Amino acid sequence: MDALGQFLHAVPFDLIIIQTVNGIVTGMILALIASGLTLIFGIMDVVNFAHGELFMLGAYIGFVVFVTTGSFWLALIGASLIVAILGAAIQVVALRPLIGRDPLNTILATFGISLVLQNYALWQFGPVVRKIPEPISAEFTLFYLQYPWYRILIAVLSAGIIGGFWLFLKFGKFGVWIRATAQDRVMAQAMGIPVPLVYTGVFAIGAAMAAASGVLFAPMVGVNHTMGLDWVLKAFIVVVVGGMGNFGGSIAAAIFISLLEAYASIWVDPSQAVIVSFVVLILTLLFRPTGLFVASPR
Amino acid sequence: MTTAPLDKSATLNGTRLSHTAVFWIGFCAVIAVLIVAPLVLPEFWRRFLTEILIWGLLAMSSDLLIGYTGMISFGHSAFFGLGMYGAAGALLLVSPPNLWLAILAGLAGAAGAALFVAFFSIRLRDIYFAITTLIFSQIFYVMIFTWTAVTGGENGLIFTRPHLSIPFLYDARFSSTTLHWFVLAVVAGSYLILRRVTRSPFGMVLQSIRENEPRTRAIGYAVERYKMVSVMLSGLFAGLAGVLYAIQNEFAAPDFVYFLTSGDTVMYNVIGGIGTLVGPIVGAGFFQLARQLLAQLFGDQFPYLIPLGMLFIVMIIFLPQGILGFARRWLNR
Repeated sequence: MDALGQFLHAVPFDLIIIQTVNGIVTGMILALIASGLTLIFGIMDVVNFAHGELFMLGAYIGFVVFVTTGSFWLALIGASLIVAILGAAIQVVALRPLIGRDPLNTILATFGISLVLQNYALWQFGPVVRKIPEPISAEFTLFYLQYPWYRILIAVLSAGIIGGFWLFLKFGKFGVWIRATAQDRVMAQAMGIPVPLVYTGVFAIGAAMAAASGVLFAPMVGVNHTMGLDWVLKAFIVVVVGGMGNFGGSIAAAIFISLLEAYASIWVDPSQAVIVSFVVLILTLLFRPTGLFVASPR
Repeated sequence: MTTAPLDKSATLNGTRLSHTAVFWIGFCAVIAVLIVAPLVLPEFWRRFLTEILIWGLLAMSSDLLIGYTGMISFGHSAFFGLGMYGAAGALLLVSPPNLWLAILAGLAGAAGAALFVAFFSIRLRDIYFAITTLIFSQIFYVMIFTWTAVTGGENGLIFTRPHLSIPFLYDARFSSTTLHWFVLAVVAGSYLILRRVTRSPFGMVLQSIRENEPRTRAIGYAVERYKMVSVMLSGLFAGLAGVLYAIQNEFAAPDFVYFLTSGDTVMYNVIGGIGTLVGPIVGAGFFQLARQLLAQLFGDQFPYLIPLGMLFIVMIIFLPQGILGFARRWLNR
């Protein structure tokens, strides 16, 4: 009993609660990125290596729009729209010719795209970190911290975007097309659904979601050209742990992994806390290769 | 090398050389050119050529996976980097520094990494394999980057180059020319070994896994075991390339364990020609030359990966066989 008491005493409960909030906030951003990735994979069978770069580019474009207009919300909408158009263009130019070929080709192509985009950002904006100021500066007291309301707003907005998208998938006309194409591409085409258009649209929506999360995330740390790889790796882990192409699973996995990383960084350096998510991935691959958050393993 | 029983080039007139003879003549000619090259090239280009050979070896090792087993590895930087750090460790800990010990240590490091990566990633196919190898290579990167006490962290490890020593026969400092010859010998030897491996029954099984994995399994081959061995073999040669690079540049740095090295490796393969072994070397040469050329034309700050990345995308869409595949088709026409 004494050892247990000592153990409980050693656990910093205030830190744990703070890190829970932090973890949920980053988890929601990650969920927004990962749901775009898993959407593109689930419907087009394309693993989008360039997803992190779309996220990064969204943040940069948000920064540019913010500097010119001074409005964070315009930046959010503008970046999403511009990156959506860019995404559609990428899909039409680089991915459409690869439909029906070995899926490995699409990985390679999106990898090439990510290289081009990342180096473009480096060339255009330089290696300096850019920052978008927070749209609301109010704070509330969380133990001894002044916690910014903006972070809570991020989580709420991300949840809102994901929720809105879910409703769109469920009830929107285009959403029904998307689901039909995911279920049976040939039959969907036979029923008169313009499948190529659906593909382009899905890629554009995924890109817009990545861009939106980029803009939302930018005030927290700042924008630089290498942020894409870190986040796309995390998103890949989330997507594999959540079960490839499984929408709800990847959201649960995003929050789960972000929470674990947040807790781990109480004790170790944040750059080493990444290892925790790697370990989760390894364990998932070992014991539940279909994904942790899949309802019934097949 | 055995002559194929149905040799297509042995035509009726009989004057044409067999495929094998053509191969060996070509091989010897290329090697002869590469042996003479450092004697005529200026110092900068001599180093450059040596470096291309090393990148070529790395690319060739990943071709065994991409081109023959049909698995794209985005994690070759881990094997390359572990080879580098293994060699660095042996050179720093043992005095006097010994070349062969460095190679052994580098290979051991790469083999360890390959065993770890292979054990988990061979359960997965296609994209899943690509993603997991990428993530595993990042694990090694984070470990090397943050474990400052052992790996020197961001600064890496610096050491002096060992002597080129053959016990009881020869012992001298490396000059840039002998280093080139040494690298050439290792790369040429590795090429011959890999060529033999890909043409052996084992290599045939790897190719049948690429073509149709379920059928290969149904025939009765232990697919997982074959995949495991092919990842390990590929990792070993990548580690060898890492050792050579460490010896050439006298340092081991975490940058080389980073994902970009793996990305470059994949680009060498696609540009040169997947599944040809020679192609990746050609691709590495093309890539590095283009990069050098762009740097000289537009300055060092020029983002050479933008045009090269676009070329890469164009090649995937229109020329998936790469430079070598294209040349072969064009020659046969």
